[in-house]
Amino acid sequence: MKLYLKFFSMHLKSLMEYKVSFFLTTLGQFLVSFTALLGVWFMFERFHEVEGFTFSQVLLCLATVLLAFSLAECFGRGFDTFPRMISNGEFDRVLVRPRNEIFQVLASQLEFSRIGRMVQAIMVFAYALPRSGVIWTGDKILTLFLMVISGSIIFFCLFLIYAALSFFTIEGLEFMNIFTDGGREFGRYPFSIYGEEVLRILTYLIPLALFQYYPLLYLLDLETSKFYMFTPVLGLFFALPAYGLWRFGLGRYKSTGS
Amino acid sequence: MRKYLAIFRIRFANSLQYRTAALAGVATQFAWGFMEILAFLAFWRVNPRAFPMEFSQTVSYIWLQQAFLALFMMWFFEGEIFDAITRGGIAYELARPFDLYWRWFTQSAANRLAKTVLRCSPILLVAFLVPQPLKMSLPTSGLSFLLFLVSSFLSLGVVVAFSMLVYISTFYTLSPTGVRIISAVLADFLAGAIVPLPFFPEPFRTVAEALPFAAMQNMPLRIYSGNIGGVDALWGLGFQVFWLVTLIIIGRFTMGQALNKVVIQGG
Repeated sequence: MKLYLKFFSMHLKSLMEYKVSFFLTTLGQFLVSFTALLGVWFMFERFHEVEGFTFSQVLLCLATVLLAFSLAECFGRGFDTFPRMISNGEFDRVLVRPRNEIFQVLASQLEFSRIGRMVQAIMVFAYALPRSGVIWTGDKILTLFLMVISGSIIFFCLFLIYAALSFFTIEGLEFMNIFTDGGREFGRYPFSIYGEEVLRILTYLIPLALFQYYPLLYLLDLETSKFYMFTPVLGLFFALPAYGLWRFGLGRYKSTGS
Repeated sequence: MRKYLAIFRIRFANSLQYRTAALAGVATQFAWGFMEILAFLAFWRVNPRAFPMEFSQTVSYIWLQQAFLALFMMWFFEGEIFDAITRGGIAYELARPFDLYWRWFTQSAANRLAKTVLRCSPILLVAFLVPQPLKMSLPTSGLSFLLFLVSSFLSLGVVVAFSMLVYISTFYTLSPTGVRIISAVLADFLAGAIVPLPFFPEPFRTVAEALPFAAMQNMPLRIYSGNIGGVDALWGLGFQVFWLVTLIIIGRFTMGQALNKVVIQGG
């Protein structure tokens, strides 16, 4: 952990050498999610509700997903450039060092410009929390907390799977984007609006709905069973296959040379 | 003119090589379009009468948008051009007997077109085969299909002419990432990439429809689906020509200014 903090401050210092560029990139990231937010607002100006959810309820959902994603992305960014690490042979250097491989991949890159997204998520929360009609008792706060933490871990696992798959393919798989970036984009609405089949896939296969849709029902008092409060915890089991795939890929890894 | 055609051919053939990447892209874009349509469908169920265009028009709009992603989306930039400016490669470019503006213009257009050729047909094929209400519809008439083709080419021109301005700005900033993201996000949003322009509430819609970004994907996609037809479509083409010419004039002028005092970045 201490070592990670050292890497953290190292990346931060190197970044501060290019302040204007950093500021503009952060602003850009902010705008990316801001236009998505505008899109949602435009739709609600016209339709006022979707599947029984109101604007501020959807915002609650959007902010949760955005915050979870940006947390995962901030730390899991190393996985994104991982295919390049494999193809230029840099991963061999990682393997000979006496530290955990995942740790080293993560520490190789940190993405601070994603703060733009995080700031936005927090602003949306500030707007939506008092307006969503939820009475913020202890268990509701805990539910929201579980949603964000579990969400970022699930997104993090998706990044890990993306990286693990490149052990087999050498190059990055664009298809994974539909679950990572797609999860963020389409997660702005509760997953139930996409219909039964999609919801089922996102429950049992890629458990994005476990931290988004089901606990949201509990937050909004649409479901009162405590089970819905703890579905985000169930989602954490997704880490097992993700890590398993990584170990499996690592075992089969053959260097590409350089 | 012939030498630009040659550049176009070379770039086009070069981009056609990346077939596997294109296949992965096709799957992603198909899933993406599918989810977009389902989201619109959910809103349609709430109140069909509040829908500003026919539902089938929206479906065609989204499928075409996914099929022609590489043609119309602002965020496909040429990394090579940014590198030429920030790393000094431009010195060679200037020594060549080309007008730099048109060289980069043809290069961008060719790459976009090649990517699209690879990707569009499988997406469109599936889009025509899926069941209603997700199925893509045929153009309303032969004439509207013709107008769609003309409009698509104009739209490609406007997109490339606008991205030229972003490249040119790099002569001054030397750090393209920030400007690149910001301009791409704003342009795409105002072109109707996230929500089609008819869904914009007033007064946003009126403002957006007057900006050059409305001459991008907004026009051809709405002409195909029949949302803009008849005389309006012809006016639309005129609007596109106007912005194409304007952006090219601005681009050529600012590029001339930038090249007058260009500093070659060594290293």
